[in-house]
Amino acid sequence: MTTLQPPPARARRQTLAQIFTWPLVVGVLSTVGLIAALVGDGIWDGVSWLTLLLPILLYGLFLLRPRR
Amino acid sequence: MISGIRPLRRWYWVHKWSSIVCTVFMLMLCITGLPLIFHHEIDHLLHEEVDASVVPPGTPKADLDVAVKNALDKFPGQAPHFLIWDRDEPNALLISIGTSITSNPVNNRFARVDAHTGAFLDSPDVTGRFTYIMLKLHTDMFAGLPGKLFLGLMGILFCVAVISGIVVYAPSMRKLRFGAYRKDRPRIVRWLDVHNLAGILLVMWTLVVGFTGVINTWADLVLKAWQYGQLAEMTAQYQGREIPTRLTPVQQAVDVAVKAVPGMIPSFVAYPGSIFSSKSHYAVFMRGDTPVTSRLLKPALIDAETGQLTDSRDMPWYVSALFLSQPLHFGDYGGMPLKIIWAILDVITIVILWTGLYLWLRRRKPARVARAEAARRPVEGQVLTS
Repeated sequence: MTTLQPPPARARRQTLAQIFTWPLVVGVLSTVGLIAALVGDGIWDGVSWLTLLLPILLYGLFLLRPRR
Repeated sequence: MISGIRPLRRWYWVHKWSSIVCTVFMLMLCITGLPLIFHHEIDHLLHEEVDASVVPPGTPKADLDVAVKNALDKFPGQAPHFLIWDRDEPNALLISIGTSITSNPVNNRFARVDAHTGAFLDSPDVTGRFTYIMLKLHTDMFAGLPGKLFLGLMGILFCVAVISGIVVYAPSMRKLRFGAYRKDRPRIVRWLDVHNLAGILLVMWTLVVGFTGVINTWADLVLKAWQYGQLAEMTAQYQGREIPTRLTPVQQAVDVAVKAVPGMIPSFVAYPGSIFSSKSHYAVFMRGDTPVTSRLLKPALIDAETGQLTDSRDMPWYVSALFLSQPLHFGDYGGMPLKIIWAILDVITIVILWTGLYLWLRRRKPARVARAEAARRPVEGQVLTS
């Protein structure tokens, strides 16, 4: 979770791997969520809600967090 | 990184033009799609509906022929095309009725019938409804098949824009952390951050909803292909026959189908002569009961004269692909929480489209000025504007 800590907004040049690590994590979890609710009901729906809620929460968090 | 600049410029070009062409239509699709996520709730709120009787579980169902007769009494001289078990309303049956069996089913009226008493409930004219207008705008803009295919093309461009967006995201983020939002900078910088962040967070969702939407625009073609392919094959020996004058009771046809396809339940029946059957058969479309298998249909063809099963096959892959793409587009497969999530993601997609449009409009002029300046000072290196 270190990359979610608040270092300065302008950081050193990042590699492609660094740029795409978090997008990849969110992308994989979204895919899991999109499929989960298709697979079954109950717990599968819950997995789907949580994983698809993640990008929404991150979006809100990044836009609304106070300036350091 | 010098060698990387040229292909990158090409990706910028792809991202810019695929977006420009589809953005207005995508905005329309996102706005009309938003109420469609909740079409059931909205219809319930805006329109009076006769409720089906609520019965304890295990109550026997009404005879289907009685139910159909009660519906047809309200439409004398007309013909039933389809008998549908509504998955969202298990206490009611829908009967789709056309002026004749050969009339275009697009103009059919739906009669709702109580599933347990067989009593006629209502047959609302949905064509003036808010959700109907949204649906028509969303699927074909009131332009029929050409409208659908056009929107499908816009959907493909949208997918291209999302994929090229991933590529051009990288150089934008070279010096920024994931999730950076430079809120003290001018609007063009802030909105670039808003655009990049939302775009990259929603990549999978926008791609899946975009592409399954494209597949849905091919629904008419897919069903035509099935009619002339598998259905024609299954009914080949009945070709050239007319609709029998005396039909087997539909209840009997359904009973035979249920016995022939164990473990599945009926989803809908296509009457002989309707577009989803031959002139000699009832086609009873069976479905499973998990979220996935409930979308996959298996037709059982029942000879409408003898009441015998003549054939039953799984539908071909392209029809299954269409049926599976539907929940992934509508977001109606994970209860109300998933619908709400779908709606929020839809709104964020509107933000992506809107900020993207703004960024393009704002950059057009500076780009021209920059090019003029670059022409005056050709020695200076090209700097990507992002």
